[in-house]
Amino acid sequence: MASVAASAPERRRRRFDLRKQPGFGFMAALCLLVLYAPIMVLIAYSFNETRSVSQWQGFSLDWYVKAFANKEIQEAAWNSLQIALVATVIATVCATMAALATTRTRPWRGMTTSYMVVNLPLMVPEIVTAIATLIFFALLYAALGISFGIGNLMIAHAVFCVPFAYLPIRARLEDMDRTLEQAAADLYATPWQTFRRVTLPLMMPGVTAGATLAFVVSFDDFTITLMLAGPGQTTLPIYIWTSLRRGISPEINAMSSILLVISVILVTASFLLGRRRK
Amino acid sequence: MTALTLGEVERRRLSEAEARVDQAKRSSAARQQRTRWTLVAPALIVVGLFGIGPLLIMLLYSFLEPGTYGGVRWEFSTDAYVQFLFERDLFDETKLLFTDSYLLIVGRSILLAFVTTIICLILGYPTAYFMATRPASQRNFWVFLITLPFWTNLLIRTYAMFVILRDDGIINNALLNMGLISSPIPIMFTDYAITIGLLYAFLPLMVLPLYASLEKLDFRLVEAGFDLYASRGSVLRRIIVPLSKPGIVAGCILVFIPAIGAYVTPTLMGGGKQLMIGNLIALQFQGARNWPFGAALALILMLVVLIALLFYTRNATRQQAALHG
Amino acid sequence: MAADDAIETIGLTKVFGQGGDSVRALDDVSLTIRANEFFTLLGPSGCGKTTLLRLVAGFELPTAGDILLEGESVVHLPPNHRPVNTVFQSYALFPHMSVAKNIAFGLEMRGLDRKEVDRTVEEMLTLVKMEAMAGRRPAQLSGGQQQRVALARALANHPKVLLLDEPLSALDLKLRQGMRVELKALQKRTGITFVFVTHDQEEALTMSDRMAVMSNGRVQQLGAALEIYERPVNRFVADFIGDTNFLVAEVSGRSNGLVRCRAAGLEVDATPIGQPSPGQRVTLALRPEKIVLRRGGQQGRVVHAMYIGTDTNYDVELADRTKLNVRVQNALDGGAGYRVGDAVGIEVPPGAARMLED
Repeated sequence: MASVAASAPERRRRRFDLRKQPGFGFMAALCLLVLYAPIMVLIAYSFNETRSVSQWQGFSLDWYVKAFANKEIQEAAWNSLQIALVATVIATVCATMAALATTRTRPWRGMTTSYMVVNLPLMVPEIVTAIATLIFFALLYAALGISFGIGNLMIAHAVFCVPFAYLPIRARLEDMDRTLEQAAADLYATPWQTFRRVTLPLMMPGVTAGATLAFVVSFDDFTITLMLAGPGQTTLPIYIWTSLRRGISPEINAMSSILLVISVILVTASFLLGRRRK
Repeated sequence: MTALTLGEVERRRLSEAEARVDQAKRSSAARQQRTRWTLVAPALIVVGLFGIGPLLIMLLYSFLEPGTYGGVRWEFSTDAYVQFLFERDLFDETKLLFTDSYLLIVGRSILLAFVTTIICLILGYPTAYFMATRPASQRNFWVFLITLPFWTNLLIRTYAMFVILRDDGIINNALLNMGLISSPIPIMFTDYAITIGLLYAFLPLMVLPLYASLEKLDFRLVEAGFDLYASRGSVLRRIIVPLSKPGIVAGCILVFIPAIGAYVTPTLMGGGKQLMIGNLIALQFQGARNWPFGAALALILMLVVLIALLFYTRNATRQQAALHG
Repeated sequence: MAADDAIETIGLTKVFGQGGDSVRALDDVSLTIRANEFFTLLGPSGCGKTTLLRLVAGFELPTAGDILLEGESVVHLPPNHRPVNTVFQSYALFPHMSVAKNIAFGLEMRGLDRKEVDRTVEEMLTLVKMEAMAGRRPAQLSGGQQQRVALARALANHPKVLLLDEPLSALDLKLRQGMRVELKALQKRTGITFVFVTHDQEEALTMSDRMAVMSNGRVQQLGAALEIYERPVNRFVADFIGDTNFLVAEVSGRSNGLVRCRAAGLEVDATPIGQPSPGQRVTLALRPEKIVLRRGGQQGRVVHAMYIGTDTNYDVELADRTKLNVRVQNALDGGAGYRVGDAVGIEVPPGAARMLED
């Protein structure tokens, strides 16, 4: 047995990690940098004391204060909120029911079609959806005199929010243990009771995750809202856009930062809710 | 043990029981179908009526005449499609001259989307690979990090990139201050700027499918490659990349489709000077007021998207056949 | 069918899939389970025992056949209309409900009033000794505790029959052995018919009043443990339960109601099936512990010896290279034992070997 003391400077043997590819870690870091740097810069400059968006002068919360006080911004925020809430409710209800019908079941006639229809909004480029919806509501008004006002926007948002609500709910349902529902039936529960006491409570995290995602997507939407929005129907992204056309200003930075933070918080919440529970 | 013979009474009771079972099976199946249709109904109505309906009406509109102040006149006409490729001679209304201006725009869109896809692939593949080879506990966190920007407002993100790249932006100012350049590099409002913007917007969409594919990779195959004297580069080229082909295809499609139909990015980064299809379409509903033409353009865009999707599904089914055939 | 039969299945068949891919999980199974008995379905995986259980519970509808519960046909009823309860292999405790809520579930579904529900829940908690855990969630319990809750949840409804789908398979050995005793005691105490599914023959042998050995969707043999062990009717049962030596023998005559056979140089008087004629080739099953070894004989040679405490297992090679597995109780042998290479005489007591159905 060789004595440990005798093997003098212990040669560190680098273990051959067969997974490692040189430079890939660097690329990943670069990727993250590219993705986050612009946002970070924007947020940083929203605290800039002067109007400049390229030269740092000093720390200040002025622009945030101005933004919050701005009447137009308040109105835009309220519109964004209304639309997002209504669209989320509609989309989540539709998505939950659709998920229940298309998951954990043997394929049935019409299941693939239903699945494709539900996910259709993801396949269509936003600009196409935007003008198609515009045409639709224009025709509706011209031919039948029907217009739902801001409801038009709510409906349009609901449509493209459905798939975003659907996916987390579906994921959660597929993860669920089927024997639990069998156990409930074994214990004399009717199908409705099984749904209400077992399936629904266990599904809730997925539903909440889906609803949160739908809300974010609606709140952040720009292209479709731009095409469709009429006077008095400005949302926050639209407001930022029109401000941009007038020229860059630090209020925009502040507004944008707020929106970014809201999105981050909501998406994090959705992610945590949808996480697989051990 | 089985009874040797069932008496007549028992046999009749048995067939009655089996009849009841059949009845139960049938009514249960019927009930299930009814429940399913009721459940999908709201989604189908909402998406069908307000999602597919508009697309169909758009198709209809592309065959109408433009109205004077926007909107349409209800007369059948293929003018919109004709206008895409030809323009009427100023002096002789019946003569058609081939024009390539719109084709150029379509061409540019396809080119920019394609270049964006390639760059995303080059940047995204190592990233996805890196993520997939992290310890399992870390992976979810990486996925979260990469996906997060995607869920934030596209306009704001593009604006942020705009702020950085403009003549008076951070990069130019930094380079000026460092004395590396004497005048700002005019990146903004060029095709390069648009590409950078597109790449920034859709990079996560490339990384995610790649990651999903690479995560499932059986590294014993990589082991076998090393065992057979392959170098890291060969293993990458000849084992890892081919095996992750489904992810590559999915990622490319997921980037190409929104890239080609982009609106925000070319508007902001191209400043209205460099048009992509998306801008052109939007224009018809804003200044230009030619709804049928806009509808026709949108349909042409959908056609390109459909072709790309077809390519993807055919590739996917071919993969399946190759693996299980 | 007798008046005290808890369950009777008549010609029960279940086919999964269609056409070429179809699987006959159960093939014309007719059996009777008596009231208040501890009945076991035993067999290897895929033999159909779980399918049978699920059909009785109502989670599947059969392709053919009938199921009677206390004389009434229930085969068409959904599970929530059958007075049977199941203990699942994975326990299937509702993770979002406390232990007490889990146990109360069936009672609440049946619409019992609050006081009655609470009383029964308390009763059940005492029965399975989980009073202290009433407020806990399933995730906070150990495997053994979860199993007790699953039991309590099922028993709370006083079902006519309790179905248990391999409930002990997830527990470690010591716990399993303890639970076997408890389950048996529970069954005796409550008087409820237990239908127990397992692939572990030791469990079946120790716990059951009667058991059905199944394979390939059919019942191979049904009877009490002793009957199954001592008098296996076919090769499968003989092989599945305990260890068995199989000998191909030729009938040479009769003697005292037994049939005399020659196998590998041995003369064996075996218990017959039917009326075998001289010269007929038959298969004999012979348990290792029934074979007697004698020193100095020449009928076989010890080729392997394994000491396992109470017994020693020998592999003895016979004249025609057949190997016999012999188990000798060490206490009886005086502890001397045989060594590898020893020549031994082999004695098979009359009736120890049994003829098998072919």
